[in-house]
Amino acid sequence: MKLKTILMAGVMSVAGSIVAADCAFENTVEVRSLSAGFEAWKAVTDAMAECGNVEANLDQDFREKQPEAFAANPSLYHIGGVANSTMIPLLTSGSIRPLDDLVAKYGQNLTPNQKITVDGKIMAIAMMVNNQHLMFREDILNDLGIAVPGTYDEVLAAAEKIKAAGVVDYPLGGTFKTGWNLGEEFINMYLGEGGSFIDGNNMPTINNEKGIKSLETLKALTAYMDPEYLVSDSTYVQQQFQQGKIAMANLWASRGGAMDDEAESQVVGKVKMAAAPMGSAAPASSIWWDGIVIASNITDEEAEAAFRVAMEGMDEEVVKANNDAAVWLIKGYEPGPLAAGAAATAQKGAKPYPASGPMGIMHTSLGNGISDYLTGAKDAATALADIEAAYKTAAKESGLID
Amino acid sequence: MKFKTFAAFVGPSVLIMLIFIAFPLISVFWQSFNLTQPIYKTIEVETCTPGFLTQTCTLETQTIPELDEHGEVITETTFVGLQSYRNVLELDRFWAAVSEGAWSKLQTIDFWKALRFTLMFTLVTLPLVVGTGLLIALCINNASRAIRGPVIFISLLPFVVTPVIGALSINWLFRGDGILTAFLEWWTAKDLALFAQAWTIELMMMFYRVWHVAPFAAIIFYAGLQTVNQDSLESAVIDGASRWQRLRLIIVPHLMPLIIFVTIIHLMDCYRAFEEIVGFSSQGYVISLQWLTYDFLVPDQAGNRSVSRASASAMLTMIGIAILLVPLLKRTWRDHRGTH
Repeated sequence: MKLKTILMAGVMSVAGSIVAADCAFENTVEVRSLSAGFEAWKAVTDAMAECGNVEANLDQDFREKQPEAFAANPSLYHIGGVANSTMIPLLTSGSIRPLDDLVAKYGQNLTPNQKITVDGKIMAIAMMVNNQHLMFREDILNDLGIAVPGTYDEVLAAAEKIKAAGVVDYPLGGTFKTGWNLGEEFINMYLGEGGSFIDGNNMPTINNEKGIKSLETLKALTAYMDPEYLVSDSTYVQQQFQQGKIAMANLWASRGGAMDDEAESQVVGKVKMAAAPMGSAAPASSIWWDGIVIASNITDEEAEAAFRVAMEGMDEEVVKANNDAAVWLIKGYEPGPLAAGAAATAQKGAKPYPASGPMGIMHTSLGNGISDYLTGAKDAATALADIEAAYKTAAKESGLID
Repeated sequence: MKFKTFAAFVGPSVLIMLIFIAFPLISVFWQSFNLTQPIYKTIEVETCTPGFLTQTCTLETQTIPELDEHGEVITETTFVGLQSYRNVLELDRFWAAVSEGAWSKLQTIDFWKALRFTLMFTLVTLPLVVGTGLLIALCINNASRAIRGPVIFISLLPFVVTPVIGALSINWLFRGDGILTAFLEWWTAKDLALFAQAWTIELMMMFYRVWHVAPFAAIIFYAGLQTVNQDSLESAVIDGASRWQRLRLIIVPHLMPLIIFVTIIHLMDCYRAFEEIVGFSSQGYVISLQWLTYDFLVPDQAGNRSVSRASASAMLTMIGIAILLVPLLKRTWRDHRGTH
């Protein structure tokens, strides 16, 4: 992530000076937005820009900029693109406003599913969901007579067969890059085991059998991966798939489209989607959403314009034109074969990512602490104990625990 | 020079140094002894997030910061003494590992792991940079005048490359089936994974650092070579001194002040090694002290950052550099006094 941050330091800016007929109204108030830079955001902000006077900033560094930018008075941006975790700092610092009035006035087309409510107030409007689920090479599994794995034991058995057959470089891929990615992998596994991360007093609760089981599964998977797994992020796994080097991986739904991109992929049409493998309690995955928030430190007039513009960006036309760019929550979306995995994962009961302030610290501690177990420097119980200790130090410093 | 003129010349630079160096330093020093925290309250919140077709609503207890009437987070700052330093150094774990004599255990504590790598990285690359620099300088100096310009230009190129970009290029050349890994695999007829263990990554980092910095040393030494006393060299030749003896007894002593200068600069730069960690994304295996500071400071997705520990870690890095420089500065000071 950090590497990408540096490379993408340049901000792509879409100037909204052209007023096109596609927007239902002509916007006269200056509106600025700051969001992540992936495909779905590009589609949405392009549509917003059609209303005029919209400056959309698509920036991979958004999560580091948003809290400060929205806390300023007046806020530097009107619209923020957030995910469940990145909404937390904006929410807790009170720099985003409740949207109930605006939804009542302009949000007729929103489905109830899109309204993110906190304490009875609508605080964000979601546009898409994302989760990690199983992607696999249908041709390889068929050739070897392997059924689509539904649990991690089956994944490992399948990996062993694929390895024995020697048809790809590595049977498995994984987003195991130290830091955020590796933390997320553990969180998926641990949620699948039915574990909870933090108790009511913000104390960590991961050093238990479920945690050890999760770590052991992660380690078992690495035996079938490229030995450089600790530097492999989503883009790297996506490329491994595209170049035909791996047969299976638990990868983000938002990366699914790239498998059939003829310009990049050598395996067009061969990669199929399935639910994330089951843990003991739930699929080993977590559900994320992306959506918009409106700043509180702006005038009501600006907020109204910003919300209307955002609704234009998230309407049916946009979804129809970009159907495969994401798993949309917006009306008019027709789930294609690429969305099958994400949908199946959710239907089997995958948990939402448990975003909160303390969870942010937990995610960082996990991301930094797990590699010592995978490299063999520590055993599972020690690694978990050390992660808990690192969490406690950081939580104490931020005042969450005494 | 009149004091007024002196002040007019020096004033702007002193002012800028105060603003950009002294005040930030004081602020970091202060923050490393203090802790600024929001005041939290615990509330019950029902949060609804999208599922498929229906929403998932959960009721949970959350700890959120209190806001004042302007919507700002209320914070309080407390003096905590050396607590942040203790949190960085983790001395109890350090002593436990030392008393067991368990080196591998010591290497799982972030600060000590980072210190081990940083020191090794600095001390191993130092002689290599000075040696390679001297070698390049001698080559340039002995090249015929016609090609000297192009040779200087080419040998300076690595130093011109932006550090992070340079580190990334090396990363891509060796990562996975990168060009050079593929070549090495063909040459040794073995399947190699250079990013799968710490020592190969460290080796690549050192190689990168020497490649990047040696031209800087070379250009300094090349400048120094222009002032070597030609008479001494000629008389040495007449006395039958070999090339090696001339180098050891005349050229190197003449360049000594420059060698010390390059050493000081290199120690200061290297102890702050950072681009390598980021460029090679090696944090799973190897971290440096500067990276540790950065990791404390960078906010997680929920916006938490450890400013106090980052400050303490930054102060410790500064102390480390100071300790490394003491012998060299002492020597320079002695020489300086000797000449007067």
